[in-house]
Amino acid sequence: MTTVDNQRVTKLMGEARVDFDAERGNSRAGLVEPPTHSGVFPSAFVERELVEEGVVVTGICGRLGKLLTRELHRTTKVIGIDRRPFPDRPRDVVHHEIDLRRSRTKDVFRGGRIRALVHLGVMHNPHVSPRERHQWNVVSFQKLLDYAVQFRVPKVIVLSGAGVYGAHPANPQFLSEDAPLLGAQEDGRTRDLVEMDMLAQSHFWRYPEAETVILRPCNVVGTVRNAASNYLRLARPVTLLGYDPMVQIIDERDVVRAIELALRPGVRGIFNLRGQGELPLSRLLERAGKKPLPLPTSALRVATDSLFQARLSGFSKGQLDFLRFPCMVDDRRAKQELGFSPRYTLDETLARLHLEG
Amino acid sequence: MEQALRQFAHASSYSRDSSLRARFVEAVGASIGEDLDARVDSIRVFENEAGFDPFGFDRDTARWMLAVVAWLHRRYFRCIVKGIENVPEGRVLVIANHSGQIPIDGMMIGAALMLDAEPPRFPRSMVERWTVELPFVSTLFPRIGQVLGSPENARRLLQQEECIVVFPEGAKGISKPFKERYRLQPFGLGFMRLALETNTPIVPVSVVGAEEQYISLANWTKVGALMGMPAFPVIPQLFLGMPLPLPTRYRISFGEPLRFEGDPDADDVVIESKVAVVRERIASMIAADRAARRSIFF
Repeated sequence: MTTVDNQRVTKLMGEARVDFDAERGNSRAGLVEPPTHSGVFPSAFVERELVEEGVVVTGICGRLGKLLTRELHRTTKVIGIDRRPFPDRPRDVVHHEIDLRRSRTKDVFRGGRIRALVHLGVMHNPHVSPRERHQWNVVSFQKLLDYAVQFRVPKVIVLSGAGVYGAHPANPQFLSEDAPLLGAQEDGRTRDLVEMDMLAQSHFWRYPEAETVILRPCNVVGTVRNAASNYLRLARPVTLLGYDPMVQIIDERDVVRAIELALRPGVRGIFNLRGQGELPLSRLLERAGKKPLPLPTSALRVATDSLFQARLSGFSKGQLDFLRFPCMVDDRRAKQELGFSPRYTLDETLARLHLEG
Repeated sequence: MEQALRQFAHASSYSRDSSLRARFVEAVGASIGEDLDARVDSIRVFENEAGFDPFGFDRDTARWMLAVVAWLHRRYFRCIVKGIENVPEGRVLVIANHSGQIPIDGMMIGAALMLDAEPPRFPRSMVERWTVELPFVSTLFPRIGQVLGSPENARRLLQQEECIVVFPEGAKGISKPFKERYRLQPFGLGFMRLALETNTPIVPVSVVGAEEQYISLANWTKVGALMGMPAFPVIPQLFLGMPLPLPTRYRISFGEPLRFEGDPDADDVVIESKVAVVRERIASMIAADRAARRSIFF
């Protein structure tokens, strides 16, 4: 946050230098002592518009990250952070092959002139230990937000999801952005996402000078490897005997477009995103050309849990609630304030399931 | 038991133009002199981009359910429906007394709205949360237009100018033992706040005849709680091998619409006084219909 920091524009890429300052500067301090500007937007922010500014994308090597890069890189400088390599990246994309938890992440911000942080780097791997997942999804995200405060990144976009609301029998048919985040009740994985969403919310309230956007799409479907798409890729997707909840899916390309819209100056807040049309799960499977395998709930809970424990499947029993109760979002705010409405039809979305991203 | 379950599962799954079911719908329609298909086709819902009702209404399921309900309405309970013309166009809250151990009264009000109103009015009723947790029931209910009772859902439906049926007595009303028949239980206040907020007319409805269909001697709520149900009525006829309700004659009266004005967030006392108006109207309609009948079966 000091000028010294800003001047030390060091490209540490590939250098095996340990930056002790960064190591220390895990900067809870950044939160405890808010930026020196009190409410007034510092002039440094405004001047920056004249020079080329980058958008930092975490988790850029995921399929969604790559899709976003493809859309963004022609008009914006894209800076990627991911521990995976990005061999086929466009020439004008700068990629930092860093583990998000490492302090070197800070140097990317120190490099300066960051217009926005787009956080896609959520770990979904179900078989990682809860501790590691928490470190990744919560602790390192907290650090990212600290860097955003410290280096005055004017916009932070976080990809959360409708899962944070949880699937419950008492859910109204459409959940608005103000609905409580009950997703943490069943599933440890969702608990981390709820915590992440809450951190982003507190960032929204504490730093009103920065534009914080939280996107909560319903089930993202496409080439992505998330639970919803993996479920729809199963040869015989299981369903719970006697249950057929209404479900929503959204095309990954629509999510990318929503992120682009959220990047526009002036946009801030929480936005639910839904795709074209909600329908009963049985009908969705029919459209996807799948023959469901209905099983009694209790048996399926046991089976899912043992398969999960044996690492034979990535589905946990907490996720079964999404095959049982509705968890659908109301996207009126996204329509009005973000100017977003879904473009891709159900069939166009489902057709992407088996494409290689 | 298992077979019955499977049959029910089959029945509640989407029909793919099963000719048997189509013939059933046709036969019932012919016997009561109504074109049931046309009535179901006249239902207009707010379809989403993919052509589905966001609340899960499904025409094929509704078709055969209407056939079942229509037969009960015209042949089994031989409902006498009065004042159906009092149901206005556009958004409306239909408020009725609740009785009869199982919600056949809701089905009969729904049948009256679908069969006796011109043009047919598609009723949405607000169901309790625990039905969403029951397998098969949770599948069937949305397909025939039942919606989980929550203020958000009701608001959205009224904004779409739909017709909502509410039983403000809730489980207390339906599971009354026989000795308390036709004694109105306390009304919930939610419907009135909703009506005030959305400027919706209220049509009071009285149902006479449902109380006698299952004669319940007591309500063992503790046993019910063990099974996760809100009530456990003790009904002798079930133990005598008569699972069907007694073929009592239903009298359903629709009163003139009541319109209320005021602050939806007012104190309970203020809302209660408005609710009392509706409750008293329903009570007097019940009294009139009970006085008019000669026997519970005719």
